[in-house]
Amino acid sequence: MIVGQQKPFDEIWAMVRVHRRLTVFGCNTCVAVCHQGGNKEAEILASLLRMRAVQEGVEMDIAHGGIERQCEHPFFESAHELLEGSEAVLSMACGIGVQFVAEKYARTPVYPALNTTFLGDVKTDWHFTEKCQACGDCILGLTGGVCPVTRCCKRLFNGPCGGSSKGKCELSKELDCAWQLVVDRLEALGKLDDYEKITPIKDWSKDRAGGPRSFKLEGF
Amino acid sequence: MAETKTGSKLEKVLRSGVMAVTSECGPPRSSDPSHILAKGNIIKNHVDAINITDNQTSVTRLCSLAACIHLKLQGLEPVLQMVCRDRNRIALQADILGAASFGINNVLCLSGDHQSFGDHPKAQNVFDLDSMQLIQTVRHMRDEGRFLSGDEIKAPPNLFVGAAANPFADPFKIRVPRLAKKVACGAEFIQTQCVYNLDKFELWMKGVVERGLHEQVFIMAGITPMRSVGMAKYMARAVPGMDVPDELVKRLSGVPKDKQAEEGLTIAVEAIQRLKEVKGLAGFHIMAIEWEEKVPEIVERAGLYPRPVIQ
Ligand code: SF4
Ligand code: SF4
Repeated sequence: MIVGQQKPFDEIWAMVRVHRRLTVFGCNTCVAVCHQGGNKEAEILASLLRMRAVQEGVEMDIAHGGIERQCEHPFFESAHELLEGSEAVLSMACGIGVQFVAEKYARTPVYPALNTTFLGDVKTDWHFTEKCQACGDCILGLTGGVCPVTRCCKRLFNGPCGGSSKGKCELSKELDCAWQLVVDRLEALGKLDDYEKITPIKDWSKDRAGGPRSFKLEGF
Repeated sequence: MAETKTGSKLEKVLRSGVMAVTSECGPPRSSDPSHILAKGNIIKNHVDAINITDNQTSVTRLCSLAACIHLKLQGLEPVLQMVCRDRNRIALQADILGAASFGINNVLCLSGDHQSFGDHPKAQNVFDLDSMQLIQTVRHMRDEGRFLSGDEIKAPPNLFVGAAANPFADPFKIRVPRLAKKVACGAEFIQTQCVYNLDKFELWMKGVVERGLHEQVFIMAGITPMRSVGMAKYMARAVPGMDVPDELVKRLSGVPKDKQAEEGLTIAVEAIQRLKEVKGLAGFHIMAIEWEEKVPEIVERAGLYPRPVIQ
């Protein structure tokens, strides 16, 4: 799923304070799982903003709402009236949702309440970790199911580097060395010999490097 | 003497069967090259080639290629270190051609330290290729006379290709296989991480010899003299992938502060003398960090002087 983290409150306030009628708009799927941008968080953020407005003597009408997903048209039906009537929207979605709202409401300013941080998993209810960078050409089949593009700090295709120490990355003792994980996994699969296969130079044209990506279903 | 493939003096020494000696100099954080030339001139008669580091520890410096050119123009033999952190395959191949155009004969292919250790932790990193793929790239350009794209190179670069190895990083069980991978990619010489744990190094070399890798690649052991017990403790604690045994720290703590540097040099000389006997070892890479003036003394005391004269 997509993981995001709420921006510092002062940064949010600085973006929206010029408006008189604001809607804080939640996205109740990915970013709700990480308790940052769901409809509940939208409600909380809206009340914090109201308090701040009072403190600063700013007259501001702040509504809140939300939908299941801000990245698909059908979900917007229930919120259409709310958004149409807003002077500005503070979207609690990931960067995809924020842009989707901006595209739909061409004359309404839309602001991001979150920093979209990564594509990751839910390790525990409160711990989320990055797992994929959508490189467009998945090589997990070669690396025992551990992604070096994402989890190796130098995205080495033939690691580990000389900084791997006691299972940890040279960057920080908090970080597992991705290549230690690859080696452990290959060993567990009885395929340690595969370690010596050289991963070829990557085609980055399918990655961000190749420009914005899209795909269309044929004959749909 | 076995046939050489490049014009490299280092290759000639290694193929002659004599223990080779290299050292390394870090370029200045300024546009004034006099410092690196002075360092090079101090050590030039005691080593076969001089590595020039490439923004080592991710701190921005005068570029490795320009520093190599300065040395080359004075008749010294530089080894161009290249890291994958800062350049994509276009820039790397361009710099390889540039180096060859100045008659630079040696390249050392590295991944590079992560930028968070350096002076620009907010920088983007590149890592388009990794160090293994960079080795392949230089060999491909040289041996096939082609760019990675497949396009022909009219006058291919003719470089002797090296790589690094750290026998002390984890997991240890893949450290010999990892060397085998570098050899399969086309590495012709290896300079290792600083060796302090001689027993572990010898164990690694045993594995290397068992696989016959020493017959396919020249392995040079990295030697860095400790200047003080403080340096030893710092290396043990803070440098990832560095193995500094407790006995070494104890030995340095056992001598008065003003004698520790001397003791550090003696430890380095003793390490070379012991490792000279290790089967499969082809030479030494002496990295005296900001202490280049001691390289001649180490080389002489370790019995590696005079250096062979290569035409
Ligand atoms: S290899 Fe690419 S697609 Fe596969 S997990 Fe890694 S980043 Fe994602
Ligand atoms: S220590 Fe491991 S994860 Fe970190 S950069 Fe090196 S190989 Fe990658």
